[in-house]
Amino acid sequence: MDDDNADAAPLLEVSDLRVRFDTLAGRARAVDGVSFALRAGETLGVVGESGCGKSVTSLAVMRLLAEPPARVSGRVLLQGTDLLALPERAMRQVRGNRISMIFQEPMTSLNPVLTIGRQIAESVRVHQGAGRAEALARAVEMLKLVQIPEAERRVNEYPHQLSGGMRQRVMIALALACKPEVLIADEPTTALDVTIQAQILDLIARLQQTLGMGVLLITHDLGVVAESCDRVIVMYAGRKVEEAPVDALFDRPLHPYTRALMASMPSLNASDARLAEIPGMVPAPTAPRRGCSFASRCAHANARCSAETPPLRVRAPGHAAACFALDEARADWALEATA
Amino acid sequence: MTAPLLEVRDLKKHYVAPQRWFAPRRPPVQAVDGVSFDVARGETLSLVGESGCGKTTTAKTVLRLIEPSAGTVRLDGEELTALTPEQMRLRRRDVQIIFQDPYASLNPRLAAGEIVAEPLRNFGGATRAQRQERVHWLLQRVGLRPEAAAKYPHEFSGGQRQRLGIARALALNPRLIVCDEPVSALDVSVQAQVVNLLMDLQAEFGIAYLFVAHDLAVVRHISRRVAVMYLGRIVEIAERDTLFAAPLHPYTEILLSAAPVPNPRTPPRRLLLQGDPPSPANPPPGCRFHTRCPLAQDICRSQAPALSSRPSSTTAGEHLVACHFR
Repeated sequence: MDDDNADAAPLLEVSDLRVRFDTLAGRARAVDGVSFALRAGETLGVVGESGCGKSVTSLAVMRLLAEPPARVSGRVLLQGTDLLALPERAMRQVRGNRISMIFQEPMTSLNPVLTIGRQIAESVRVHQGAGRAEALARAVEMLKLVQIPEAERRVNEYPHQLSGGMRQRVMIALALACKPEVLIADEPTTALDVTIQAQILDLIARLQQTLGMGVLLITHDLGVVAESCDRVIVMYAGRKVEEAPVDALFDRPLHPYTRALMASMPSLNASDARLAEIPGMVPAPTAPRRGCSFASRCAHANARCSAETPPLRVRAPGHAAACFALDEARADWALEATA
Repeated sequence: MTAPLLEVRDLKKHYVAPQRWFAPRRPPVQAVDGVSFDVARGETLSLVGESGCGKTTTAKTVLRLIEPSAGTVRLDGEELTALTPEQMRLRRRDVQIIFQDPYASLNPRLAAGEIVAEPLRNFGGATRAQRQERVHWLLQRVGLRPEAAAKYPHEFSGGQRQRLGIARALALNPRLIVCDEPVSALDVSVQAQVVNLLMDLQAEFGIAYLFVAHDLAVVRHISRRVAVMYLGRIVEIAERDTLFAAPLHPYTEILLSAAPVPNPRTPPRRLLLQGDPPSPANPPPGCRFHTRCPLAQDICRSQAPALSSRPSSTTAGEHLVACHFR
């Protein structure tokens, strides 16, 4: 990994993860050499816009991508075990047990014809060999943990009988039933209202403290990142362009994409000034890869940027960015950053 | 002060469940229950609130895309709610709408040029050549290339499709555009492009917007005044800066505090709301927020507070709040 803050061995270590899809339109490189480490008790945010590969990264870590069409390479070490090398049978012992995931859309990720109690109990029975009664008791306990009122009654209800916020709580209860070491939350609050979002983020943070798990929080919302994460990875077009502790990222964003993204956000204390636009569009994932993917939209790009791929360089403790403009100190902010 | 462009008074939309044989009658869903507000010429009034609070229903009822159950909507003094369907069709020249989902609101079988020309054809009066010229001007005005006219919706990105939706709404020079969550399906960087475009068009053509949204940061950026809805009713309306700086209704306060701030150094100041909103089919008596309100007293459980003016009103607009204690 790029920063050697190795006082604790990482729980989850992803190195050079690549995912490509061979489609009729050509070869799509959804994830193109992404590496990161997640430590116990830490929340690592992954931010980026649609199509930057953040969800595909999480699905690849969980081994939830069908191969083919996907082709996954690289290493995903969960406390030393390479998940990508495990046979499917062994992976099933890990998935939902040691590493769990919550999805964006709670309605489509719960089984509509099973009671929520049965869905939670199933995972406890499969992974921990608990009996029927014990597993159901555990389901009630989990529902209480995620603060569902009247858990004893709700346990026999079906997903359609619950509101969106409650369904997401059930998803969390389901993911945490086996006390996993790693929780991957893929846009867990995007489909929810802000007041419900506040409840859910609060809940995840408290459960993380009690259970000590590492959380990989995937989101497009920089506000959520600022409130919930310890460290952040910024992805663009399948690559990691910046990684930083959360304070450093917001105090001194380094990569031009991160800077542009922050400038384009309307803020709650804003004026009437025009929002900064990022010109152009994200390149198609099937487009040939030459140079920095952000070069065509970047105000600081030059010929080198569209010819060579900038390597990820550490600029400050724990703060890395991949940009030639920074290397060459092409602008004021770049000078400042390298000073 | 000139008369407002749009006057909405005591608007209601109740959905009555179909009556089945021998089944007990189910209560109607009170999606919108007595909403009143004005939109002045060239201004932006935002309706904010959470899912199910009735903000989209209110917006669509204004256009009579949903027929109101009661109440009046006046555009330029003319009562829209009293018009016959054909008269209403003709009035839609002046009130257009932009939808939330740019994928679902464009006909996939029409080319972009035909989509934008359709309102012009519907309201006649232009030759083919004039229409084509107008379409090219509109496309260019919303930031699309003239060649785009020949492309189909699936060939555009989300942001470009929303631009197409804006061009279509703009085609007839409307005085009011209802924007139903126009940027919530878009990425942040594209969202900035569309928000800027909407504001430019307003400055250029003096169009008023009724802007329905749940993203408070976008609302703060684009609005002149903001109305907050909860469970089918407006709980607070104020000029933007007053509302964000000094909200009075407890729900507004909680809503604003729940929005995540993109600054890791802001101290946590969250007022957490417990539970979920009650069902609009069975709203609580009195103030509809009393079941979750930290200030609730006996009077809140029995009497619904009226939306009334407060001393913090400014020249930019009155500060109206529906609360017994604030």
